[in-house]
Amino acid sequence: MPTVAPLDLEGHVVGVTFLKGIPFFAEATGAIHRLDLGHKTTEVHEGLLSLVVDEANETLLTGGEDGKVMRTAADGTTTLVAEAPRKWIAQVAAGPQGSVGYAYGKTTHVRLADGKTKEFAEERTVEGIAFAPKGLRVAAARYNGVSMHWVGTSGQPIDLDWKGAHTGVTFSPDGRFLVTTMQENALHGWKLDAKPGAEARHMRMTGYPAKVKSLSWSAKGKWLASSGAPAAIVWPFQGKDGPMGKAPLELGTRADIMVTSVACHPAEDIVAIGYQDGMILAARFADSKEVLLRRPGKGAVTAMAWSKDGRQLVFGSAEGDCGVVDIAG
Amino acid sequence: MTETSPQKPIPVTVLTGYLGAGKTTLLNRILTENHGRKYAVIVNEFGEIGIDNDLIVESDEEIYEMNNGCVCCTVRGDLIRVVEGLMRRPGRFDAIIVETTGLADPVPVAQTFFMDDDVRAKTELDAVVALVDAKHLPLRLKDSREAEDQIAFADVVLLNKTDLVSPEELERIEATVRVINPSARIYRTQRSEIDLTKVLDQGAFNLERALENDPHFLDQDDHEHDHTCGPDCGHDHHHHHDHDHHHHDHDHDHGHHHHDHAPSPIHDVTVQSISLRGGEMNPDRFFPWIQKITQTDGPNILRLKGIIAFAGDAERYVVQGVHMIIEGDHQRAWKEGEKRESRLVFIGRDLDREKLERTFKACEASA
Repeated sequence: MPTVAPLDLEGHVVGVTFLKGIPFFAEATGAIHRLDLGHKTTEVHEGLLSLVVDEANETLLTGGEDGKVMRTAADGTTTLVAEAPRKWIAQVAAGPQGSVGYAYGKTTHVRLADGKTKEFAEERTVEGIAFAPKGLRVAAARYNGVSMHWVGTSGQPIDLDWKGAHTGVTFSPDGRFLVTTMQENALHGWKLDAKPGAEARHMRMTGYPAKVKSLSWSAKGKWLASSGAPAAIVWPFQGKDGPMGKAPLELGTRADIMVTSVACHPAEDIVAIGYQDGMILAARFADSKEVLLRRPGKGAVTAMAWSKDGRQLVFGSAEGDCGVVDIAG
Repeated sequence: MTETSPQKPIPVTVLTGYLGAGKTTLLNRILTENHGRKYAVIVNEFGEIGIDNDLIVESDEEIYEMNNGCVCCTVRGDLIRVVEGLMRRPGRFDAIIVETTGLADPVPVAQTFFMDDDVRAKTELDAVVALVDAKHLPLRLKDSREAEDQIAFADVVLLNKTDLVSPEELERIEATVRVINPSARIYRTQRSEIDLTKVLDQGAFNLERALENDPHFLDQDDHEHDHTCGPDCGHDHHHHHDHDHHHHDHDHDHGHHHHDHAPSPIHDVTVQSISLRGGEMNPDRFFPWIQKITQTDGPNILRLKGIIAFAGDAERYVVQGVHMIIEGDHQRAWKEGEKRESRLVFIGRDLDREKLERTFKACEASA
């Protein structure tokens, strides 16, 4: 029977994670909390907007209303990565070799480990950034598509065009697919290894009743789980054409309660599903079997993350009621 | 122990107006006057706005077309993100003000508050306030459609810099504004000096309040209107019928006494308003009709507002729309002795007055 160790914070939690086994909770106020032999807090930003985990060195990258990009380590120490006074750093991404991506306005910035910064201008506001899993390559989601830039060279970007506003972007772990969330209730995908112009290059994933705000790739990138419906919508990506022509799994279906956050288990084909009312289920892909991890709480689940061994799940909510679920109990 | 009641939506005021019309001055007034309220202000560029105590966010105007095949369904993508960020920490402010650039089309800003589910869930458009530079308006109307759109779309118009024009000029300017937008409240100001209660917290898009606050709303074709004038208003309401108004192809022989499309003393007005009046409506005819009109003529409709009397219905029904978006709801019971009639105003371009009047009439219960 799973047990929940609660942590009650003041307000909206933007992101959660484990760093070296320690649960971390990042609040919109800019306070980052950790449960490391007691509740400890570091004030990192004057308003925290964006957050990503740098898996390579187990640190947290955050962007703030204070124009700062910060790195927070497992022991709570922070370092300033970059600063753009008075700009809202709405996007951060962790790149290879210690590089950090961040964006505000119409420009993507990549700060390399040696301190040099490269800038990539777009014609429209950058709404999402992500690094490719291999090679120093950054993708920027914007209106009418995605621009992909090789960071090391100043060559022309590759433009992936699709009409509409793209608000977020992610690469599949094997780098074969790129998927965006859109302003409309849909995902759009590109098969990156297809010949340009080939029919199968585009993947439209539609039918959501709400905007998709949470995406999570399953172990080895075989599946992509998503929020935006009263069930976790899980698209198959095993085949060479991804989900084209295939129906997604619908897991943890509830009558009219929206899924707001999804997090795939690090090893098993299982997804944690967080809902608008604060409830959390775990569901198995193979047989749709569900386990209740947490009863409804005060606010919508905004973020979830698994520990590396897959035995614990950390979660945060829009109202600050957070916690850590121990799966084994 | 927990507050589970849903948060009250945060009101949003949109400020439009050409460069130099006085938006920054008004903003600074709002931010410095002692009214006990805190504002978050979204600006296109940090200008000469006091930034010490208030939450000012810079945001590039990003117009997004929605992928639904409708050309007029545009939203401000940047606002969606900024509002989402602001609303994660709602305790910091009581209301939001969006300042647009001088050339901005007010429609995508307004539509953002209707079309985006997340924004709509947490905020509510309060009013669109247009600042007009009295001295330069004729020039603006000549060289841009945006200036006219801003006035046409506004709930409140501040006719600013009145000290820079003669009383006669001011009369003509105000008459022009009224031709473009007969239902806006117009205030004459100097250096954007205005009682802020006339600008903020107007509830102009709130179906409950919009018409309640302004009992004469939609009465602009009555000659006795006095509700839209500034404090020093002394103008008469005669209209200049001797102008040849070729771009308004309406005819004047249709029996109703509409004067809301009175020819403008300035010749560059392309926006028209059409006021419809009818008796009690049959809902089975009215709803399909208004749906069809907004579907087919939506791109040409900037705003529509109305009060509908349905046959056999004890309550007034209010409707409002922006382009193809339309909302309606029961507002309150008809009062004793209140005339049960239906009124609807369209503000837009290239609208077919004859067709609208005829088809509106055909929705009457007695038709």
